[in-house]
Amino acid sequence: MRIYADNAATTKMSKAAIEAMMPYITDIFGNPSSLYSEGQRAKEAIENARETVGRCIGASPKEIYFTSGGSEADNQALRSAVYEGKIKGKTKIITDTIEHHAVLHTLKKLEKEGFEVVYLPVGKNGIVNADDVINELDDKTCLVTVMYANNEIGTVQPIRKIGEACRRRNIVFHTDAVQAVGHIPVNVTADNVDMLSASAHKFHGPKGVGFLYVRKGVRLHNLIEGGAQERGKRAGTENVPGIVSAAAALEEAVSDIDKNTEKLTHLRDRLIKGLSEIPHSALNGDLKERLPSNVNFCFEGIEGESLLLLLDDKGISASSGSACTSGSLDPSHVLLAIGRPHDVAHGSLRLTLGENATEEEVDYIVSAVKEVVSYLRGFSPVWRDLCAGKSKFLL
Amino acid sequence: MALYSEKVMDHFRNPRNVGTIENADGVGEVGNARCGDIMKIYLKIDDGIIADVKFETFGCGSAIASSSMATELIKGKPVSEAMALTNKAVAEALDGLPDYKMHCSVLAEEAIKNALEDYYSKHPEQRKDE
Repeated sequence: MRIYADNAATTKMSKAAIEAMMPYITDIFGNPSSLYSEGQRAKEAIENARETVGRCIGASPKEIYFTSGGSEADNQALRSAVYEGKIKGKTKIITDTIEHHAVLHTLKKLEKEGFEVVYLPVGKNGIVNADDVINELDDKTCLVTVMYANNEIGTVQPIRKIGEACRRRNIVFHTDAVQAVGHIPVNVTADNVDMLSASAHKFHGPKGVGFLYVRKGVRLHNLIEGGAQERGKRAGTENVPGIVSAAAALEEAVSDIDKNTEKLTHLRDRLIKGLSEIPHSALNGDLKERLPSNVNFCFEGIEGESLLLLLDDKGISASSGSACTSGSLDPSHVLLAIGRPHDVAHGSLRLTLGENATEEEVDYIVSAVKEVVSYLRGFSPVWRDLCAGKSKFLL
Repeated sequence: MALYSEKVMDHFRNPRNVGTIENADGVGEVGNARCGDIMKIYLKIDDGIIADVKFETFGCGSAIASSSMATELIKGKPVSEAMALTNKAVAEALDGLPDYKMHCSVLAEEAIKNALEDYYSKHPEQRKDE
């Protein structure tokens, strides 16, 4: 038995997404820029997809630009907003410390180009204080970028409130909504968002496709120069099968949001309750303001990678914020940002449930995690010292 | 390609010599929890021979496998031979480690040496015998 509990990493393509794609990798293979019928049919499919995607997030089709994924969308959104700002002498960017690396690493580059970036801390619950953002807004600010929902701890941010304040001051507001779109209701109009990034493979679409929503009137700069695709803003022959498939996946995901949210929230809370029984453990991120599928825990005295490998042996696919799984020396920047010490952050586990998960699977996960954590603690010198009172329990 | 060799996975899944030794002749501990790896080695030494060795490790799969393999490599060997253990030997015995995991084998070597130094500090006469 395999239980795939890493849906924040990627999701399995839905039947609708696969079926929608098929004609465009077989018969309708034309280049959308070509005049003959194969090309024009492909072009029509892309425009239909654009309309569908727009409808799903409350945007008009002309405000949707297809990209290679969430990272490209983030990169283009950030650079567009700040280069436009620079023309008007505005060089301040406001963000927070738990953004995805697609945002953080782009901002690091922009700092080297002379932009000032304010990284606002988040609360212990992993939520950005909207008032902190609002207090930072000034005439120098060219961009505010705050993610819709965090990819590690699932916390949902006060997007609407931040967006409202930015709109009032005419400051561009971008949100990386890669984890939110297709999972919780997202409406760019109601949320006062100027730019929004999304990725298809997070909502049961294909990998290598995403989109950037850009509100009418907000200027976009190119990352990729070439042909006139995507209204001249993103060159390169369109990924027709991917785009069509992404739209089909999103349409289905959005229509099922209410049903899935109810089901997943129940399973998530059952999982949280079960894992909370493990001594010296703690949930990461707010208990309520979190994605319906996300559970993230720290277990004291163990290291995350060994936990993942043993869970894999038990048929469970999960992820961790330990340094060993990130390939760097430091554990997850998100866990550190919410105040977890390094020692504890290494022992983290993220479980992100799929819509087909069951209570039985959740119960199995709980028993497997309990078993593995207690096994690893059994020969952990850190755990021994904690139990012997030589060091203090942090959780 | 899998992250780890079969050998690494075997020593990770079925670590040899796990545990502690009461009144050990030498104890060594290296690493720190901040970095995500701690290894502790316990030695029982009789007549200059590693009669028994146990380990405890907090760390990733390769850290656990490296500890396990290092204990296997020195068990039953003369202290002088154990002192000559290198991280390369540990990694090779595991059929290799990914580049960014080589530090786990270094930690294993250091933990063994640390424990042997502890033994020597309690039995300085043994060092003279070398």
